[in-house]
Amino acid sequence: MKDLSLNVLDITHNSISAEASLIELEVAEENGTITITIKDNGKGIDPEMLETVTDPFTTSRTTRKVGMGLPLFKMAAEQTGGSLEIESTIGIGTEVQAIFYSNHIDCPPLGDMAASVAMLAGALKDGSDLVYTRSIENSSFAFDTRQIKEVLGEGISLAEPAVQDWIREYITQQEDAIKGDKHEKLG
Amino acid sequence: MKSLDDLKALRERMQKQMNVRESDEDTIKVLVGMATCGIAAGARPVLQAFLQEINKRGLKNVKVQQTGCIGVCRLEPIAEVFVPGQEKVTYVKLKPEMVPRIVNDHLVNKNVVKEYTIGAAE
Repeated sequence: MKDLSLNVLDITHNSISAEASLIELEVAEENGTITITIKDNGKGIDPEMLETVTDPFTTSRTTRKVGMGLPLFKMAAEQTGGSLEIESTIGIGTEVQAIFYSNHIDCPPLGDMAASVAMLAGALKDGSDLVYTRSIENSSFAFDTRQIKEVLGEGISLAEPAVQDWIREYITQQEDAIKGDKHEKLG
Repeated sequence: MKSLDDLKALRERMQKQMNVRESDEDTIKVLVGMATCGIAAGARPVLQAFLQEINKRGLKNVKVQQTGCIGVCRLEPIAEVFVPGQEKVTYVKLKPEMVPRIVNDHLVNKNVVKEYTIGAAE
């Protein structure tokens, strides 16, 4: 994966498949670390599977025997001296947390989170929502699909190209604003 | 700045268009493979290119959806196009710059872009 936002897009698709009604995605940059947390209230992973879930030869899919999503995400974190933790309870949900040291030479760029979040919003099943929280030091903002659905009302899908466009631009602008806050403080 | 008010304006525009939208039987579907294999090979900019091109042209009868692994990971990024009344067409090894032509030739004018299909690649 070229950047972390692509890993996030990939891993968060798992929460959609797990039939979560709420997915909470958080990207927090603080003191030289990037912490990415993906938490859902989906169907969960059983303890046996959980033990081997970051092994590329473990997958829930039946068409073939490899699953690269979590192993790649874990590898990316560990290459920076960071780590990946995964906790899950059947019927309660799953939480994946990866920590990256952003000053490490092998730390991939974060990439276009707005594009990934817009696509995830467009991939949500009915009755499923996504909250994306981004923070840089003490500045933060949140994007909540429940709020967007309330504005759009019935019958307009978040997957509509025009809506996708709005979501992507909206998140990009909100992120630029908190990046600006950081620069002001540094300056 | 994009605001929630822009989103409201967008809703009103879309609601007006919904009344003139063609029925489901006329809807063209584009499925882009977005499993680990697809994403790693560059499916996100391809999906984005489809969304932007369709939005730019204001096409109302096209649905773009994300799907899992289509099964030929080495040919990712892959998109499947379903035009009602026609056989499914599978485009492989896609790049964003190939997308406007697929939208123009296939989605609008119903001519398959043969050299981008799995049949041409294999």
